[in-house]
Amino acid sequence: MTTSRNIIWRDRLAAVAPALPWTIALAILGYAFLAGGYLVTVMSFALIYAIFVTGLNVFMGYAGQVTFGHNAFAALSGYGSAVLTASYGWQPLTAFAAGMALALGGALVVGYPTLRLKGHYLAMATLAIGLIVYEVAVQWQAVTGGYMGISGIPPLGVGGFEIMSDRAQLAFLLLVLVLATWSAMRLRASRFGRALVAIAGSEDAARALGIDVAHYKLMAFLISAAYAALAGSLFVHVVGFVSPEVFGLHMVVLAFTMLYVGGIGTAAGPLVGAVIISLLPETFRALKDYQDLAYGAGLILLLIYAPKGLAALGRLIPRSKES
Amino acid sequence: MSDRLPPILEVKELSAHYGGVEALHSATLSVENGEFIAILGPNGAGKSTLMRAVMGLVANAGSVRFRGESLPRAAPDACAARGVVLVPEGRGIFAPMTVAENLELGAYLLRDATELARRRERVLALFPRLGERSGQVAGSLSGGEQQMLAVGRALMASPQILLLDEPSLGLAPRVTEDILGTLALLNREGLTIVLVEQKAPLALKLARRAYLMSLGRVVAEIDPRTVTSYDDLAQYYLA
Repeated sequence: MTTSRNIIWRDRLAAVAPALPWTIALAILGYAFLAGGYLVTVMSFALIYAIFVTGLNVFMGYAGQVTFGHNAFAALSGYGSAVLTASYGWQPLTAFAAGMALALGGALVVGYPTLRLKGHYLAMATLAIGLIVYEVAVQWQAVTGGYMGISGIPPLGVGGFEIMSDRAQLAFLLLVLVLATWSAMRLRASRFGRALVAIAGSEDAARALGIDVAHYKLMAFLISAAYAALAGSLFVHVVGFVSPEVFGLHMVVLAFTMLYVGGIGTAAGPLVGAVIISLLPETFRALKDYQDLAYGAGLILLLIYAPKGLAALGRLIPRSKES
Repeated sequence: MSDRLPPILEVKELSAHYGGVEALHSATLSVENGEFIAILGPNGAGKSTLMRAVMGLVANAGSVRFRGESLPRAAPDACAARGVVLVPEGRGIFAPMTVAENLELGAYLLRDATELARRRERVLALFPRLGERSGQVAGSLSGGEQQMLAVGRALMASPQILLLDEPSLGLAPRVTEDILGTLALLNREGLTIVLVEQKAPLALKLARRAYLMSLGRVVAEIDPRTVTSYDDLAQYYLA
């Protein structure tokens, strides 16, 4: 009797499990929206990162490639937006578009030669790109303001309407994230997406099926760079300030952590990873000196007990054979 | 009738190398339309390298002609587009994707939905198990089912000539017989097949002709009907 009841419960749980990661992430965001204050800022960062990680997921999760350099494309579009609005007085939306175009142009120039490389070599080459863009942002003081950065960047808006309040920004970012996630899911389900996953599985097998591997890798690189650029521009308009550190190596480390903790290759992974990883240090803030220690321990526990990421946890609940 | 059709596949002095090491030395062989050819030889004889070189998956030099036309030497996608399709060693199925998605990828170059459905129907008729497992992730299939999927995926490309690299690898004898039986059926329906196999007796039962490879060379052409004892074959394996 108890066992059959257990089975029923387990099956019900298994049926709703795929929705669980989404529900948890959205519940946290909803709570932040209602509670207001500092948590809204934390969640706004989380959403910007979630967009960035969604792009990484296309290139790394779907296509199975490596990049340590997508912060470069966030930096290109972020600085593009910042310089054009703050120094040249452009409208935020036009500057936004110009920043995106700059980043995509950069991704095309960089991607074409580097994507001949594979594995570790690709990782090293992309890492170098991130470091080069960082150095340029530091050294080219006349335009970027060096370490001091650029402040006074206007928020996004159309005509006279600007997205000013923290809550409005959070809602706007959530809308952008929903669109970004939806488009990434559509991409994965398409013929193009299947080709990317095939490339991740075996480049030789993919080529033998008639897939133009080099072309598709470049496309995946550009698409993920577009998400990165979107995140970069959103960041500077939301925060109103940019400095080289914003798009430094720390961004890469943080985004990787989010991608793996959330679940690489899954649809919900980027959002869940970004929300949880942004929340972790805040949760342990009360521990003061031990905050980093607790954060590290939390990460290790997550990776031990959810090696495929939080978004994949639901699949661990076994269904009974009958269902 | 002096102008015979050219062979469907004609390989002349094909060499291949990995890095600086040559693994295939000037291989020459030809396959007539509708033939079932076996490529035999011990481990490391260069059988897989030959298949990969024909497809252009490994750096190679020499000539490969398909129906008299030269095939580009470094473009597997172009080979696939002309109907030269390889079932790679170790199957090469895409584990995280569903069975249905794997099959769809087989017909990657096809954009006609009705033709796609027709091909899928045909493959599922050949391998009903794949239909039952349609929504399942390919990585969760058994070894035999994965091999069926690999063959089924190749058939989705509607090949003119099907190259198979050791489909029996790691399979139970009964499953191997099933799959080879399906290949024989496809051959009777007119499909040209080149089967790479270490297990000579199995392959010789099906093939009309066989090539023997050893140490990166094609060393002999065999008529399976004349093979009465395996002593003749053994000398190549033991050389």
